[in-house]
Amino acid sequence: MAGITLSNVRKTYAGGVAAVKGVSIDIEDGEFIVLVGPSGCGKSTLLRMVAGLEAITEGEISIGDRVVNKIEPADRDIAMVFQNYALYPHMTVYNNLAYGLKNRGIKKEEIDRRVREAARILEIADYLDRKPRALSGGQRQRVAMGRAIVREPKAFLFDEPLSNLDAKLRVQMRIEIKKLQKALGTTSLYVTHDQLEAMTLADRLVVLNGGQVEQIGTPIDVYENPASTFVASFIGSPAMNLMEIERDNAQWHLSRGDGLSLKSELEERSAILGLRPEDLHIVEDETQLEDPLVLSLIVSAVEPVGAESYVHATLGEQGQEVIVRAPGKQHFEVGSVLKVAAKREKLHFFSSETGKALTSTGKLQPA
Amino acid sequence: MKRVQFADPLMPYMLLLPQLLIVGIFFIWPAAEAVRSSFYLEDPFGFGSTFVGFDNFTDALTSSDYASTARFTLVFTALTTFFSLSIALLLAVKADSVIRGASTYRTLLMWVYAIAPPVAGLIGVMLFDQHIGPLKEFAGLLGWDMQIGVNYFDTAFCMIVIAVWKQVPINFIFFLSGLQSVPKSIQEAAAIDCRSGARRFWTVTFPLLAPTGFFLLIINITYALFETFGIIDLVLKGEPGNNPITLVYKVFLDGFRGNDLGGSSAQSVILMLLVFVLTIVQFRLIERRVHYN
Repeated sequence: MAGITLSNVRKTYAGGVAAVKGVSIDIEDGEFIVLVGPSGCGKSTLLRMVAGLEAITEGEISIGDRVVNKIEPADRDIAMVFQNYALYPHMTVYNNLAYGLKNRGIKKEEIDRRVREAARILEIADYLDRKPRALSGGQRQRVAMGRAIVREPKAFLFDEPLSNLDAKLRVQMRIEIKKLQKALGTTSLYVTHDQLEAMTLADRLVVLNGGQVEQIGTPIDVYENPASTFVASFIGSPAMNLMEIERDNAQWHLSRGDGLSLKSELEERSAILGLRPEDLHIVEDETQLEDPLVLSLIVSAVEPVGAESYVHATLGEQGQEVIVRAPGKQHFEVGSVLKVAAKREKLHFFSSETGKALTSTGKLQPA
Repeated sequence: MKRVQFADPLMPYMLLLPQLLIVGIFFIWPAAEAVRSSFYLEDPFGFGSTFVGFDNFTDALTSSDYASTARFTLVFTALTTFFSLSIALLLAVKADSVIRGASTYRTLLMWVYAIAPPVAGLIGVMLFDQHIGPLKEFAGLLGWDMQIGVNYFDTAFCMIVIAVWKQVPINFIFFLSGLQSVPKSIQEAAAIDCRSGARRFWTVTFPLLAPTGFFLLIINITYALFETFGIIDLVLKGEPGNNPITLVYKVFLDGFRGNDLGGSSAQSVILMLLVFVLTIVQFRLIERRVHYN
């Protein structure tokens, strides 16, 4: 087992399209790292570069103490789980698992032991003699996992392994992958575009956007202290409410329209204010409040999801949409006025030029 | 499939009629005629025929002439099929791995396919021409005095080379599209599981090409057996002498040169049975065994 280090890794395709623009990540031994971002952000390319399936244009990738830039995929001592599983259709499940071991000259008894052990862990022992076409999607997924496990590699690479499964199975497999990774303690790099999957699996998240790292941190850290408006809107569902605000002397107001009352020592002339839907609480009488922020909203729609409701409301004359997370039992009238407030520590400020996070006094947050 | 309802029950048969007529007139009727005349001894000048039962068959199967032709046909078919498949596969694998200018390269390799078969056969024969053939001269440089049409081995060699040369582009196209339909992720998974490219090819890519390969195998056997008639005729210039010929060519020789219509019909019935068996093999065994998904 080993850590993985990426230093200033770049990928430029023939024709000058840059997919990855200088990414540096230090992955510790045994860590579960999730690369998350929208499609086209370079996360899969990055993973494939670690696997050796994609050439590295610039920078350096090391697995353990060894720089692997010029090393063949088979010699990197990694195992990869593909999105469409990529099982060998002409081999039985047993041979699918054993193939990588046979090619490495491992003894027959050892191969058999490892395959049966992996099959037991993944509960696919009954299917060892079947061909992949006779398996369901979930079973194929397990075989793909098994193929990675038997190798006992330095690192697991997962390329959106759950995206072909139905929602229920996805949740189940997500938990199993997490348990398995903890039990084996193998360094893992996992790519997904699903922020929920990313949050639940990761020891640390790497949020990518446009081929660059937006933020690296534990899921909670990324959630609570997003480094930019991109991260703020990408992580969390429903997304963080973002609104442009401006300052006249000491008085803050929305860039377009009113309905906002904010006390802040922020020194900028303008900023982007970010508010998580659950950090907004509904108030009856604002005069007694200590909270620095109060919004006057007009309810436009309510989405009850059971335990809670997402109240969609508008603010200001441009009809800026704000989502408020409210208890499920509360009733809201569409068209009625709703006053919500937020505590000081729940306010997020971002630079209106760069979108990067600011401290409450307007300093750029230390990365 | 969508079921179409016709108001008139005769309508579907009317629509099928043209095709049925073609099949009937050009395939079924001649075949039936061949079967019929294989049981008769025809007068060479058309003055009548005598029913002889299976005599034509026993004559054909017991003659040493027929046996040696059958042996050559077997060798010819095996070698032509083997080389046209393996050369095409090699080219396809190489073309598949070309990255820069891939489409130009592939188009150039496929172009040959667009040449009409008789023209291609003629060009092939020209390459081995006794006076101007570059391949004959090349062989001469290596100290091999090729005597096509005189020396049995040289003639057989020439026939096989031309037959292979003409068949390679067709096989190439099928193999190339077969290779391109092997999912990229499976090849990548194999790249992680197996270091050696050659081993990867034989353990993963090649088995996945098997459906294409078996299909081509049947096509190529049929080609070598039946469609090489023109090449053989061109190489021999219509004068077989003691040169090697295939069974199909022998049918033609015995029937139209030897005027032994009954014997030649019996031989073609034997070939029909062979095709029948090949077809069964293709549909029964192979189709069932080599499809994965």
